[in-house]
Amino acid sequence: MEILRVHFILQRLIQLIPVVFGISIVSFLIIHLIPGDPASIMLGSRATPENVQQLTAQMGLDKPLYDQYLIFLQNLVQGDLGKSILLKQSVNTLISERLGTTFFLVMYASVLSLLVSIPIALWSAMKKDSLLDNGFRTLSIFGLAMPSFWIGILLMLLFSIKIKLFPVSGYGKNFIGHLYYLFLPALTITCSLAPVLVRPLRSKIINVFSSEYIEAARARGLKEHQIILNHVLRNAISGTVTILGVNIGWLLGGSIVIETIFSVPGLGQLLINSILSRDYPIIQGLVLVFAILVIVVNLLTDLCYAWLDPRVDLE
Amino acid sequence: MQPILEVDSLKVVLQTKQRTIHAVNNVTFHVRTGETVGLVGESGSGKSITCRSILQLLPTPQGKVVGGGIRFAGKDLLSYSKKQMQELRGREIGMVLQDPMSSLDPVYRVGEQLVETLRTHTKISKKDAWQKAVELLRLVGIPSPEKRVHDYPHQMSGGMRQRVMIALAICCDPKLLLADEPTTALDVTVQDQVLSLMKEIQQRLGMAILIVTHNLGVVAEMCDRVVVLYAGKVMETAATSDLFQTPRHAYTLGLIHSVPRIESEEKLEGIPGTLPDMSHAIKCCPFRERCSFATSECSFDEHTQLKEVAPGHWSACFHHERVCTQA
Amino acid sequence: MAELQQTAMKKPVRAFRLGLFSRLPVNTKIAIGLALVLIVILLSLCAPWLTPYDPNANDLNNVLQKPSVKHWFGTDNFGRDIFTRTLYAGRIDLQIGIVAVVVPLIAGSVIGLFAGYFGGWFNILMMRLVDVMISFPFMVLIIAIISILGPGLMNMYIAIFLVGWTSYARIVRGEVLVVKQQEYILAARSIGYGHGRIIFRHILPNVISPAIVFAMSDVVLCILTGASLSFLGLGVQPPAAEWGAMISEGRSYIINAWWISTLPGLAIIVTGLGFSLLGDGLAEKIENQS
Repeated sequence: MEILRVHFILQRLIQLIPVVFGISIVSFLIIHLIPGDPASIMLGSRATPENVQQLTAQMGLDKPLYDQYLIFLQNLVQGDLGKSILLKQSVNTLISERLGTTFFLVMYASVLSLLVSIPIALWSAMKKDSLLDNGFRTLSIFGLAMPSFWIGILLMLLFSIKIKLFPVSGYGKNFIGHLYYLFLPALTITCSLAPVLVRPLRSKIINVFSSEYIEAARARGLKEHQIILNHVLRNAISGTVTILGVNIGWLLGGSIVIETIFSVPGLGQLLINSILSRDYPIIQGLVLVFAILVIVVNLLTDLCYAWLDPRVDLE
Repeated sequence: MQPILEVDSLKVVLQTKQRTIHAVNNVTFHVRTGETVGLVGESGSGKSITCRSILQLLPTPQGKVVGGGIRFAGKDLLSYSKKQMQELRGREIGMVLQDPMSSLDPVYRVGEQLVETLRTHTKISKKDAWQKAVELLRLVGIPSPEKRVHDYPHQMSGGMRQRVMIALAICCDPKLLLADEPTTALDVTVQDQVLSLMKEIQQRLGMAILIVTHNLGVVAEMCDRVVVLYAGKVMETAATSDLFQTPRHAYTLGLIHSVPRIESEEKLEGIPGTLPDMSHAIKCCPFRERCSFATSECSFDEHTQLKEVAPGHWSACFHHERVCTQA
Repeated sequence: MAELQQTAMKKPVRAFRLGLFSRLPVNTKIAIGLALVLIVILLSLCAPWLTPYDPNANDLNNVLQKPSVKHWFGTDNFGRDIFTRTLYAGRIDLQIGIVAVVVPLIAGSVIGLFAGYFGGWFNILMMRLVDVMISFPFMVLIIAIISILGPGLMNMYIAIFLVGWTSYARIVRGEVLVVKQQEYILAARSIGYGHGRIIFRHILPNVISPAIVFAMSDVVLCILTGASLSFLGLGVQPPAAEWGAMISEGRSYIINAWWISTLPGLAIIVTGLGFSLLGDGLAEKIENQS
């Protein structure tokens, strides 16, 4: 089994090589597609001829394109994403400082979404077509039609300004602090994410409830809560994990907006600030990191699915 | 001997938005300890519904018992609470379902499912339960049970899985085993093995078995007595050999004739027609429209009541004597 | 019995879909969706006749007015009537919803058609490109492209287009691969029809409906994306009225004037709801037909 698993991961990694290669090209091109001279645009009002020349030389912008790409790749392999123009810090440091925050927010939102969707989906499925079920379903279409930044502002207005229950912005200092400070941002994401999860989970639960093995479990005299927790949910959950994984790109994209609203010092905020200050090396590094994150999460999702559902043939 | 299971004028309806189906009408029969009884009929005859209503496992929310009684070991099961029923299932009455391919939870090892059932019904430590699980697998004839106990259902063949289902059904030494089409989904070669396994276990544990099947071959092999159902009504009930030799109901006769036999040169006869409309309670012989014996008497309720026409042989056929001579 | 029981158990388990609306027949769903969309279109087109105010006229005597009979949605920090601006903003947002979907739909479909029909290096190249593009969170990619081109409505269109065509190309290519093997296509080829005629007259009509169904849900996504980008300051630039930009502008006044940020959001919800219902109804209709 373990050998199979290692083999499976290796195979997936090999399949990813062309994609990763493509990702590196796309991120590389970000600086080189800037219309005009990248160095003077990046420097903006600070551009003196000497500065421009210095930056051009420093970034190797005067070399042929394929040379530059090779240098970029070489640096990449060594884990060097370059240096920020404005902040004078290495992009690696800037990103790694904020990666944890965004990761925490996304995980927090995912867990919160699951905590909200599972009971709702279960309840709706057990009381199929009842008033409650229809109510939840109607709520979920509204959830899907609402822009997340609007929900965020509304929640902030309600819970931070009207009743001062949660902070307007910030990240907190320790784990508990993070949980407290990021509650509204995570809740905002949940409002958009939970409807996406509830729909398929509900139909999956209905499906599992009418399956023979649930009937057989009843015939074995298992208690109803045993059946629901150990058998119905356990079987319904694996699909939800996949949906969560598929949506990771969307989730990361959404977190950019949410981080901006709640001033969460994460990757999204860094991205927007870098765009405003035309700090292209950071943008380049972030685009690359976001893509790698998506790939890693998708890989983990596959593994998680295989782990949750023993029928999945890892080969 | 006192019957372990008595079903008395059971009435079950399936209620959907569009219509009500009278799936079981006044079904009466009993099963004695150590005895094997077959519940026979074609699909739609109400045999499965009857079997499931014993454990109160009717499809929800459509299925509903609307009349009659079910007594198990002298106790009225219909008055049992949900919790009492749950405790009874698997412990006092075990059940084997039709399709072993989909009756085991795919995400748990078979051992885990056995342990779960054992620990729900008995106070037993995890370690002992695993030990018991291995023994149970050995009992149902699974080779190298120490290893297979860690298998997932999808790693087993259909026959193996049905053996596991039997192990699950008998793990708490039930007094009654319900088997709902236990061999229908299996390969012909495996069917016999599973049936003889059930017989063997019955002899060892001394429980009663109620087999639901449409297959007269299974009945002939397994059952002491047979209850023939048609359109939710009992047509005939008798000892197995009696029933095969001298059927006393036109429907049973038709059933027997529609079974292919290698030694016979006779042309295989099917029964023409289909089941009657069951959206209202049928107050006559439900088979009369497909029956070659039918006369005007067959349309009257009083002529088509189940009555003892020979010692231990009950039939609801008005023409039971004509049928008897023809067979 | 087993069959009977199964039919009994399979009582109308209508594939979930849309809440209360799922009880409605498909045509009613389409009708409600269409009605909502038409209302939004009419309101934004007829804005000049529906309101006496100019969406961009400052009125410094009337800043930060609460919603009232005079100003239904209140006024913002420049004294502009928010209801008026919301109506006018509909023009831009609907335009985003349409342009940002139709252009990728056409381009992506054509690419998918050619890739699926001809196969070969073009197919490999395009599908590798699609694989790469979809590994990026699409919002990140769009933002990165805008960062190169600079903010603005036109550049936002370009960015959404550069990312958006991939979905359509994938959907259409998959359909083409199936249809290509069908008898009537083989027959058309054996008669000696040209590739162009086969692709556009025989294959296209049979592969386009899934792409169109996806486009309907994509409209909602694009309107939300456009609003998000404008909200981040990367799309439509102030003072132009756009729902996302309006919500963003009101953020600084959230404590004293909640209505600036919140009320324009209602327009997005109504529009999103309309297109969702419409798309869902159409999807079900097509499902039922096939």
